[in-house]
This record gives sequence, C-alpha cells and structure tokens, in this order.
Amino acid sequence: MIRYVLPLAVFLALVSLLAIGLTRDPRLVPSPLVGQPAPAFALTDLQQPDHTVTRADLLGKVFLLNVWATWCVSCRAEHEVLMQIARQGDVPIYGLNYKDDRQEAVRWLQRLGNPYVRNLYDPEGQVGLDLGVYGTPESFLVDQKGVIVHKHVGPITAAIWQQELRPVINAVKAR
Amino acid sequence: MIPELGHFALILAFCMALVQGILPLVGAHRGQLAWMGIAFPAARAQFLFVAIAFACLAYAFLAKDFSVAYVAQNANSLLPAIYRFSAVWGAHEGSLLLWALILCGWTVAVTVFSRSLPLEFSSRVVGVMGLVSVGFLLFMLGTSNPFERLLPMPADGRDLNPLLQDPGLVIHPPMLYMGYVGLAVPFSFAIATLLEGRLDAAWTRWTRPWTLIAWVFLTLGIALGSWWAYYELGWGGWWFWDPVENASFMPWLIAMALIHCLAVTEKRNTFKGWSVLLAIFGFSLSLLGTFLVRSGVLVSVHAFATDPARGVFILTFLGLTVGSALLLYAWRVSNVTRRGGFDLLSRESLLLTNNVLLSVAAATILLGTLYPLLLDSLNLGKISVGPPYFNAVFIPLMMPLVFLLGIGPLTRWKKERFKVLGSRLKLAFLISVLLAGALVGLTAIPSSLMVAIGLGLAVWVTYTALQAIAARFRYGQDRWRTLRAIPLEFFGMTLAHLGVAVFVVGVTLASSQSVEQDVRLEPGGAQTLAGYEFRFDGVAETMGPNYRAQQGEIRVFRSGELVATLFPQKRIYPVQPQPMTEAAIDPGLTRDLYVALGEPLGDGAWSVRLYYKPFVRWIWLGPLLMAIGGLVAASDRRYRLIKQARRAAVLDKMPNELGLAREGAQ
Amino acid sequence: MRRRRQRMVLVALILAGVTGATALAIAAIGQNMLYFFSPTQIKAGEAPQAHNFRVGGLVVANSIQRDPDGLTVRFDVTDNLNTVTVAYRGILPDLFREGQGIVARGQLSHEGQFVAEEVLAKHDENYMPPEVHEALQTAESGGRMNAVAEDNP
Repeated sequence: MIRYVLPLAVFLALVSLLAIGLTRDPRLVPSPLVGQPAPAFALTDLQQPDHTVTRADLLGKVFLLNVWATWCVSCRAEHEVLMQIARQGDVPIYGLNYKDDRQEAVRWLQRLGNPYVRNLYDPEGQVGLDLGVYGTPESFLVDQKGVIVHKHVGPITAAIWQQELRPVINAVKAR
Repeated sequence: MIPELGHFALILAFCMALVQGILPLVGAHRGQLAWMGIAFPAARAQFLFVAIAFACLAYAFLAKDFSVAYVAQNANSLLPAIYRFSAVWGAHEGSLLLWALILCGWTVAVTVFSRSLPLEFSSRVVGVMGLVSVGFLLFMLGTSNPFERLLPMPADGRDLNPLLQDPGLVIHPPMLYMGYVGLAVPFSFAIATLLEGRLDAAWTRWTRPWTLIAWVFLTLGIALGSWWAYYELGWGGWWFWDPVENASFMPWLIAMALIHCLAVTEKRNTFKGWSVLLAIFGFSLSLLGTFLVRSGVLVSVHAFATDPARGVFILTFLGLTVGSALLLYAWRVSNVTRRGGFDLLSRESLLLTNNVLLSVAAATILLGTLYPLLLDSLNLGKISVGPPYFNAVFIPLMMPLVFLLGIGPLTRWKKERFKVLGSRLKLAFLISVLLAGALVGLTAIPSSLMVAIGLGLAVWVTYTALQAIAARFRYGQDRWRTLRAIPLEFFGMTLAHLGVAVFVVGVTLASSQSVEQDVRLEPGGAQTLAGYEFRFDGVAETMGPNYRAQQGEIRVFRSGELVATLFPQKRIYPVQPQPMTEAAIDPGLTRDLYVALGEPLGDGAWSVRLYYKPFVRWIWLGPLLMAIGGLVAASDRRYRLIKQARRAAVLDKMPNELGLAREGAQ
Repeated sequence: MRRRRQRMVLVALILAGVTGATALAIAAIGQNMLYFFSPTQIKAGEAPQAHNFRVGGLVVANSIQRDPDGLTVRFDVTDNLNTVTVAYRGILPDLFREGQGIVARGQLSHEGQFVAEEVLAKHDENYMPPEVHEALQTAESGGRMNAVAEDNP
C-alpha cells in the first residue's frame, strides 16, 4: 500500500514547499530607507526647466512622492488613481519624472491631466538611485520633517490608497 | 472591437471547456451514451473559440492596435511583421493563450485519431483534457487577460524584448509548448484508465504514439532553445542549467522514461503501474515548470514578470490536478498492476534500469532547482546551485545509461544468458575501447579520461545500434523482404540511439576542446586562436528596421587563406534602450568560429570575444536525429492501423501468450 | 525461489543505485552551492575568504574604471548602505550599466576587492534579480506591466 501512496505524499510535501516559497514575496520586505531622511537633491522642475527644486522646497507638509515615466505602462493605469487622490486633496503629490524625455512627459500631463503639485525632472535617474528606485511606478510617503515613512512599489490602486496609504497618512498627520 | 471579440471567444471557450470537462466524465461514469457523445463536438467547439481568440490577438498585433495593453507592452510600430506575430507569445498572457490553443489542438487530434477507441474510454480522455483546459482558461480570464484595454491609447508600444526578436524564438516556444502540452495526452489516457479501473496492453498501444510525438516536439523545442541561447546570448554556451531550462528538461527525461516503459508494458504486459505513474509525472512536471516560470519563486535569466496572484493560482491548479491524479493512482492502481516474471538479466530489467536512471536524473535536477527555494523557505540563507552541481550529478548518471543503451537492444526479453550476451558484445566493447584510445592517443588534441570515455561511449552506441540492425538481416534469406519486415519502430529507435551517440560526441568535444579568448583589438590588429587568425578591420555604424548597430568586420584566415568574414554587431534598440550583442558565427560540421563584440575601448579599438568550438553543431544534430527517430517510430504501422488496434484491444484481454507471439515478430 | 531471489537482487541493485545517486547529489550540492552576500554583509566580515560566493547590488555611478589593458574593469557595487569594489577581466554583459542591478560570482581578495569570474545583469529594464533587491531591501517594481521578459520556459 505504501508504495502507492508514496508519490502522493512526496508531491504534497513539494506543494507545501512551493506554497512557503510563494509567501516569501520579496515585495513584503520593508525598505531600509523607511524611517530615514529622504536624500537631498537639486533637480529642475519638469515644466519650468529654469527652476531648480531642492529637498527643502518640499518639506513642511506630509507629501507623496510618486516616481513615474511616460515609458512605463503601469504608470498610465496609476494615473487615474493619482488624479482622484489629487482631487480629494488629502495629501499633495510630487512627481519624480524618472529617466524620461521632458517633452513627452509634459505632453503626457497635458493630455492626461496633472495630479502633481510639482514635478522633478530626473533624466539620469540620479535621485531615483539615491531613493533605491528600481522600477516605476514607486511611491514614497514623506513626513513634515522629510523622513520617509512609507514606500509603495507598483501602481497605486484605489484599494491600496484606501487600505494602505491613507491610514499611514492619517497616522502621520495625527502625530 | 476585435479585442472584445477575442475576449468573448475566450469566455465561450471556457464554457465549452466546462461542458467538455464535466458531461463526458459523468456520462462515462453513468453509462449515458448521449452525454459521452458530447465530448468530441465540445472539444472541437472549444478549439474553434480558442482559435478565434488567438486570431484576434494576432490581428491586434499585426494591426498595431496599441490600445490593447499586451500589444502596447510587446510591440512597436517599427517592429517587423514577423516579430509582431511572434510577439503574440512573447510574454506571459499571450504564451498562455498559445498553451490553451495547443492543448485544444491536441484534444482535437485525439478526437480525430482515436475514433476507434471505445466511446467510454475516449470520452473520459477528452473529458480529462477538458478539465485541464478549464484550469488554464480560468487562469487566463482571471489573472492574465491578453485582451485588456489600455485607455487612453498610447502613441506607440514598448516593443518586444530585443532578445526575442530572432527567428529561433519565433518557432522555439510553439515547439516547446507542443511538447509540454502534448504530455497532457498520455496523462489523460492514464487518468482515463485509472477511472475505468482496468489497464490492458491496448492502453499502451494507444498512448505510445502520442507520447512519442509529444517527446519529439519537446526534443526539438529544447534543442532550439539551446541553439538560440548559443548564438543569441553572446556567451557561446549552449546549456546553463537555468531553472527555466530545467523546467523543460525534467518532463523530457520523464517522457523518455515513459516511452521506454511503455515498450515493456506493451510487449510484456508488466510495469503497468509504473507507466501510469510516469505518465502522471510527465505532465505534472510540465505544470510544475509552468509554475516555476510564471510565479517568480525562482531566480532565472528567463523569468517572466512575477505576480504572486498568478503563483497562487497555478499552485492551486497544480495541487488539484496532480494531487487528484496521484490520489486516484493510490486508490486504483493496485487493480491494474500485474507482475510479469523476468530474469535479472533481461531486456525488462535493462529498461527498468533505464527508467530508474532517468527518473533519478529528473529528481536530482528537481532537487537542484528547488534547493535554493528550500533553504530560503527555512531561512538558511540565499544560495544558488550552479552548473557544477548539475554536471557533477547528471553526467555520472548518464554514463551508465548510455552504456546500457548499447546493451538493451541486443538483449532478449524475459531471460538472457550472460555468456551469450557477452559473446555478442565482446567485439563492440573491444572496438569501442580501442577506437577511443586511438582517437585520444593519436590525435594531438589535449585530452582526458572523460574525453576517452565520451568518445568510447559514442562508438559503443553506434556500433551496437548497427549490430542490432545487422542481426535482423541475418535471419532472412531475401534481404529486401527482411528489411521491409523490420518494423519502423525499430528503425526509429536505432536512429534515436544514434542521435545519442552524435550528441555525446558533440558534448564531449565541444566542452573539452573549445578555446576562447577575450582580447583587445585595434583596427588592423589580429589574434590567432586554435590555428585561425582573426583580423579586425574596425567597426562601422549600420541601421536595422528598429535598431542601430555598431558592426565589426573580422576576417578569419587559416594558413593565410581566407576562411570567413564575420560581422558581429552591437545593437541598440531605442524603444527599450537596451544594447544587444549579436554574435557572428561561421558554422561548420567539425567546428564553429564565434565572434562577439564587447565594448569600445577608445581609438577604434574594441574588446572582442573569440571562440573556437569544435563539433558544437553535433549537440543539436543529435537531438534532431532523436526527434526524427521518434517520428519514424510513431509512424509505425501498428499505430496507424486503427481497426487492428481495436481488434488487438480485444485480444489483449487474453493472457499474454498473444503478447509473446507479437513480440516474436518484433 | 530462484525468481524471488533474483527479484531481491534487482531491488537491492536499484536501491543501491538510487542511494548512490542521492549521496552524489547531496555531496555535490554541498560543494557547489553559492551563498549570496550583500555589500553590507561583506563589510561586516560575514562573507568567506578563499571561497566562491555571489554579491549583488547596484553599480555606482562614475565608478567604472578600466585598466590600461582595456579588458580588466573595476567598479563599485552598492546596496545603498555600503559598497564593495568588484574587479572583472573580460567582456561585461550587454545590460551592464551604471545604476543597474547586477550579480557577480567570484571571491574576495586580500585587499577586500571582489574578484569576479562572472558578472550577470538581467535582461529587463524593470527587472532586478530578487537577491539584489532583497539586498537593497527595496522591492521590485510592482504593477508588472513590464511583462517584457524572456520567453524560454
């Protein structure tokens, strides 16, 4: 009898191993930057190439820093949600336009709407590197003092906004 | 509109799959003819709908409809039409659609070629395939819809990964999927048999050609993939033991074991349970491979974009399919097994050893592939298991296998006398040892024990395979009639075995005698490698349809004579700002010259990688021979004469004297 | 009786073979597995000397240097906390770039340089080797709209 059931037993062990493997989702690992001050930078404004924006310009309020690019297809999906968040006005959104073309990025904002208070233009991905950005979109919640309190990887959806980001924003504001 | 039509067709196909997966099985269980009769039309209707969906996606690609997200991600208006078509299966969603299409295609093939099977049995087979299809279509509709729209529509697409813009990759995935999915057929046959609760030798006769053809496709698919990696990745390697490669290699090994096992089951009516188990394992490993590739649990050069939701789905699907199959096996298999007696020295035990070696090889590969995951799960650190492990384990397992491969075809069923066999093989052994010794000793090539063993095994396999054919000739007076009396299956086997010999030669020589060098070359500079002089004439800019390239010119001389002019390229695809090394190869039966551009080093100088690879073509020539052998074997008369198969099915229920009689003819 | 004994011999032979293969596999895995260390772990002295392992991280901007022979390359790899210098002789992969995530296989030299035998960069703008991004302790780009990946399942 045992030899007939053996394959099943081995297989079940294998499936449980794979199931454990699945739960080890690398996305759940928190970023070491969380709890640390956002890196300093000086970048030009996307829409006003002669204006330079620095870290100090953004501080004072809790804000969401969204890393995006026109070549990123999921940013397009996320854009709608960002527009809604901007309309609700809970938190100002700053954009970090990452490894992109200035003209195309401006055109994108004209066509799809602009949810951002301001957009930083980072064509070389230099600030992105400091932030540990690998792909787009990624979003960072930064508190009044400039400390990164939360990081979200991947597009923000309505559900993520409600369940993940908003509670953090409220908690930070209440602090 | 067209994408919505495709989506709708996919939903209809899903409904059809439900019908095909449920009604015939219930009907067969209850003995209701009408319900069983639904199986074939439902399978064909499902194929039609999936084909429509596939055509819609292909149309979206050809018409550059970038409002479809999947098209926008994998094509670009500058992408040539052929690659826009192959981009259909260039990423996750579309390759699933191809999977589903091929599965339906196999099911329709079963309905066409298995009309003579008992209705109850064939409706069970088609029903099981329907259930598999339900899983895949649900997966696609639920987590990976290829027809999803992207609004507003982007101006242009992101383009296909440049690595995939290659003729080899146009045909490699379809071939591989034909093999992967084709293993669903023996799987379904096995499940149907278990459901029926009886397993006669007819089952094996029905299953064998399907297994052979699936294995042929898998062989071609793997060989194509290896060939692609060789010329496209720019590193000159042909097998990397990458998890994704392993995912296709394990089912291949098991399918090969199954082919040999079915031979025993058909001829000698034993090893039945083992055959059923191998049929289940083969397809399970196909599914496991899909899981590993799609869920992103493993690190791989080839990994698809990962998505945990997809991983969970496939794991559940895998668990349900394979779990229920193995449960059914545990419950039913004792009804169907029957032991046949055979001696320690007999073809049965040699084939059993073959099966054990192949299965153990597959298991060690599975272990090596999953070990990093296991350690990670137990928080023991992040590791990777590299090619050294696989080589250390796989090669020692294959050497006895190849050695036994020479003995098997010359050994009698049931009982063989050691002395008789020894006298039959004496000469072959002597010749192999002497020839290998001569080859290694007399040629000036640097060599080792492994080279001698490799070449010796190749000679051994070739000699014994020819000897087995020659032995057949000796029986008859009329040569021509004897030749025609030898079943095609036998020729197929011989060809496949010769393919092994060719492959062994290729691997042995290419891995031990290759010479490679990274050099800095200035325009006009030259480098000599393995007797060839490579002269670098500089790099010029050229343009392709959707890329620009730096193209080097290298002339190769041997003893002052021009052998080849090679144009390796370094391409940039502007849409995905990604450089690509396009190696230039001068192919030859006994050697390849391989040149790849590295980086510019200033003043027109470049770093250049040069390779001399002897007999590397044989690595793909061998599998090609194996595949041809498989096809020849599958076209054996016995499988074509459907009516005869049915009669044999009746006869096989009698004890195995008949099996013996037929074996005598073989 | 004879048949029975023969069967026993056969089973014993197969068992011996399988056991042998298992032993071989376990021995081979013990010798050939490569651990992964981040630059921070290397700085902390966790990585072995005179033993192969893998290191991964992002290539630091402007850190790439070439030796006069043109083939030896040195560059820094960072996990955003610490960096380690990697030396490699040969042709770098296509996707090797500043800011790109890479994995290198090799050994630590006495000077604390990592001498690589192999450097891997992944073939996708948005894809990063999982170890690298765990080492960076950041996660991979989410939405997966970047389904551009190699298809060779």
